[in-house]
Amino acid sequence: MKRIRVIPSLLIQNGGLVKSIKFKNHIYIGDPINAVKVFNDKEVDEIVVLDISATQEGRPPDIKAIKEIASEAFMPLGYGGGITTLAEVKNLIAIGVEKVILNTSALKNPNFIKQISDYVGRQSIVISMDVKKNMWGKYRVYGNNGTKNSDLDPIEFAKLMEANGAGEILLNAIDRDGTFEGFDEVLIKAVSSSINIPLVAVGGASSLEDFRKAVQAGASAVAAGGLFVFQRPHRAVLISYPSQKDLKEELFFPVDLD
Amino acid sequence: MLTIVDYGVGNLASMQNMLKKIGVPSRITSAEAQIESATKIILPGVGAFDTCAAKLSESGLLPVLNEVVLKRGITVLGVCVGMQLFMRGSEEGILPGLGWIDGRIVRFKQELLPSSLKVPHMGWTDVLPAKKSLLFTNIVDARYYFVHSYHAEVVHQEDILVNADYGYRFVSGVERKNILGVQFHPEKSHRYGMKLLENFAKLY
Repeated sequence: MKRIRVIPSLLIQNGGLVKSIKFKNHIYIGDPINAVKVFNDKEVDEIVVLDISATQEGRPPDIKAIKEIASEAFMPLGYGGGITTLAEVKNLIAIGVEKVILNTSALKNPNFIKQISDYVGRQSIVISMDVKKNMWGKYRVYGNNGTKNSDLDPIEFAKLMEANGAGEILLNAIDRDGTFEGFDEVLIKAVSSSINIPLVAVGGASSLEDFRKAVQAGASAVAAGGLFVFQRPHRAVLISYPSQKDLKEELFFPVDLD
Repeated sequence: MLTIVDYGVGNLASMQNMLKKIGVPSRITSAEAQIESATKIILPGVGAFDTCAAKLSESGLLPVLNEVVLKRGITVLGVCVGMQLFMRGSEEGILPGLGWIDGRIVRFKQELLPSSLKVPHMGWTDVLPAKKSLLFTNIVDARYYFVHSYHAEVVHQEDILVNADYGYRFVSGVERKNILGVQFHPEKSHRYGMKLLENFAKLY
């Protein structure tokens, strides 16, 4: 049986846990440490924490807050937001973060990825690509929390990042974020088929069936925010995570052993 | 005291954090004297085999490790590349390992994997016991977090502790006398890892 990683992706803004719709309209959810504790109790596969105000405010990662989160995470923890130097990367790894997630700095300086990958190893480098179609219907990678069009093609950028030492691509479809409309499978297929490293799909998940479709489209793992922090239809805050039984029945797949 | 060897690689904070959670006192050290007085040893490791082998060698701790593990029989747990270092060497590099276990580290054979399985193998995978061991006492439905592109191949089948399946069956843990090693990360594997570390700390 092949397990598929199912990853809660948490957004932090001004120290609070928030959830967005299409990268806008952030709603306050609660305290991030509490949320991580609850997800830890639910034995989630992995957790992603993104500080979406760090880059906007031009400030480095809040090491103290991340350290507190890391001490509650008995599963792999990925952190992104405001990382611009090798020293910050080393520091994050030292306090118990397994994976550093780069977005804006990867767009600004692709060689930075080479530098940090050589130091901490490919397995700890995740490139987060926020993707949206431009006016002409072409997929483009956006930086600065989805506000700045880099004009880069996601396939080309993903390939470059793999070549520069990324271990994983976190692919976020901006227009699906928080919509519960399902993943952008066309985008997942296009990017995953052009790289050899795992792709984690995020943006739009509303069910285990959506996860399965993302995996069929080529994702190695799936992530979601709203699905795990809201109870629909009214978006009441309620942290949840699928049971092992449901995951086994509806998502994991058999792999033939010869 | 249970001693985590700091030779300049790996995420030592996570390991100590989990040991703290289960109430096992531990220390992180690169001091020879502390390794000499250790009651248990954890050898971590992450990244490339040669990087770890070189750093371990530069640390000057090889003689004391050989002494306490091989001569005095102190129980050691290798984690990830820490376990890989127990072997004679690795396809990933040219430097020798510790040679405590008769085996080698090889890259995942891509030609044997279906296209849906990428390398590195990254994620949770069930482990399958190959022999009875105290390390897995009272652990049911064991699943662990793996991140690796290389795995062990051992000469003596009786050294295999657990296997796992990723395209094909591979050795995911070894045990020979007082030498234990796992390819996965117990420190990042929830209660499955906690129980394993507790067993290591209390049953050996």
